[in-house]
Amino acid sequence: MNDAAGIGEGARAAPEAPYAVEIVDLHKWYGDFHVLNDVNLRIARGERIVICGPSGSGKSTLLRCVNALETYQRGQVIVDGVLLTHDLKRVDEVRREVGIVFQHFNLFPHLTVMENCTLAPIYVRKMPRKEAEAIAMHYLTRVRIPEQASKYPAQLSGGQQQRVAIARALCMNPKIMMFDEPTSALDPEMVKEVLDTMVALALDGMTMLVVTHEMGFAREVANRMVFMDEGQIIEINAPEAFFSSPQHERTRMFLGQILAR
Amino acid sequence: MPQETRPNGTVIAYVRTAPPAPVAPPMAGLGPLRWIRDNLFSSVSNGVLTVLVIALIAWVIPPLIKFLVIDAVWSGTDREACLATPARPEVGACWAFVREWFSFFIYGPYPVAQRWRVDVFFGLLAFGIGWLLWLDAPRRDLGALFFFVVLPIVSVALLRGFPPLGLPVVETASWGGLLVTLVVAAVGIVVSLPIGILLALGRRSDMPAVRLISVLFIEFVRGVPLITVLFMASVMLPLFVPPAWSPDKLARALVGIALFSSAYMAEVVRAGLQSIAKGQYEAADALGLGYWTSLRFVILPQALKVTIPNIVNSAIALFKDTTLVFIVGIFDFLRTIEIARGDPRWATPVTSATGYVFAALVYFVICHSMSRYASGVERRLGAGDRR
Repeated sequence: MNDAAGIGEGARAAPEAPYAVEIVDLHKWYGDFHVLNDVNLRIARGERIVICGPSGSGKSTLLRCVNALETYQRGQVIVDGVLLTHDLKRVDEVRREVGIVFQHFNLFPHLTVMENCTLAPIYVRKMPRKEAEAIAMHYLTRVRIPEQASKYPAQLSGGQQQRVAIARALCMNPKIMMFDEPTSALDPEMVKEVLDTMVALALDGMTMLVVTHEMGFAREVANRMVFMDEGQIIEINAPEAFFSSPQHERTRMFLGQILAR
Repeated sequence: MPQETRPNGTVIAYVRTAPPAPVAPPMAGLGPLRWIRDNLFSSVSNGVLTVLVIALIAWVIPPLIKFLVIDAVWSGTDREACLATPARPEVGACWAFVREWFSFFIYGPYPVAQRWRVDVFFGLLAFGIGWLLWLDAPRRDLGALFFFVVLPIVSVALLRGFPPLGLPVVETASWGGLLVTLVVAAVGIVVSLPIGILLALGRRSDMPAVRLISVLFIEFVRGVPLITVLFMASVMLPLFVPPAWSPDKLARALVGIALFSSAYMAEVVRAGLQSIAKGQYEAADALGLGYWTSLRFVILPQALKVTIPNIVNSAIALFKDTTLVFIVGIFDFLRTIEIARGDPRWATPVTSATGYVFAALVYFVICHSMSRYASGVERRLGAGDRR
């Protein structure tokens, strides 16, 4: 699994920028509260990073800084060679290349599954409708719900909605996929269908940045594990080392708590 | 036996071995007597209320019907028809008066020879509204184009006049009646929605200047009465612009009403925008949809849907507020009734009452159809959510 980064690079076009995502000396405050403190992380193309940590540790905020849903006050976030600043044009350029899947799906309830998937390709990528629908069908088939294309989100189960959300993000043909606790809002029996979809995506060599507490999934697909607490990165390690011999006291405590169950 | 029990009968463990037999739901709430008991006399206080309401209806409705229908005078040529005589001591509504003045109520002082133009306008308006409001109508995009672009231009040419096409000019001073009421209400409603949406967006904008201007406008307009706005539009505006530029009286009132109602519409739309979950904005942003694209396809469809009842509420309020234009000397529907009821040829004790009842009926029919339409749409959209 450790050489999986190579698979990813082979599967994608020749990279222009050295890293998919470069986060350098990132700081963010909400008022006086230091949400992100000295965060440094470089993600290679095709690499799959799983971020874990207690709630409020800044994992989601970090993810959201990468596609500029959040701004930051100090440091740099460079996505696919583009430095994220307040320049809205560049921000939209970056967002097109970075797909994100939210905890609460955030599907558009007034649009069908198909329309959810084709909206951005048609109006952002300026793709002809026919082509966008063919691509949407391709990805809906990959997440194994092509038969639901004409339904509305409210008619689907949570697991199906989350798979639509994944398909919707994939329809933009993103270079990076981010997942923000994608299974936390799901009923237990639906977690697996979503994780299976994500594993399949990982096997295709997608660059992935995943915030999750699903440690089985992390073991299976992660190239590197990142543990965060209080806005800081406490430990970055390969999965085997991370789970078998965590180095930092906080990591050991955290893993002890969540793996004890 | 898959069931293990304690000596006292409590179940300890259980495994189902066969599915239970299907059972029909219990018969409930059948029969009119049962309905009456459940809905009208479910408790003592409810029963008392029911009796009181029935008594109230019995007290109000029969005299009303007597006045409006049974004792009413349906035909006649002047006041003699509607005066009490020894043979007929009680006189009800004088519908003969309404009949005689009916065309004045509809067209006001619009020249009789040209009134067919108003009829055509009513027809086009009804056609446009029907096309737009019928949700399953074919080509509703064309309907919108017709209603928002073609209809206004054609209406101005038709009502005001377009000499090259042989339509002599009819000054707005000779417009009146239901025509003016409908024109003012339609322009107010149609113009206030887009301006209101823009103001609502402006109020939520990240740009401080845009936000400030929107807030100032909304708060200022909401802080003054409509009458003030109308007075300002019709009295003060001409003081600031040269007489040659000064638009005519009706146009000034239209601008005043449109601006006034757009401030209210802005607040209605803003409530709708605020009801949209943050996740929707974020999902749209994350897909790289720009501001306007995400507004058009993601935010506004959802926000306007939840605001439909409130938009219609504003529209109804505006429709009734249009009566205030009489203050600046415009002959709206109510004003034509005011004029007619002063006609000495029809001076009877029941003339005024009849005129006002007629006005109330017309306003009620129009406003109530708006509200029925809104609740129909609401039910339909609600059904969509329950899918």
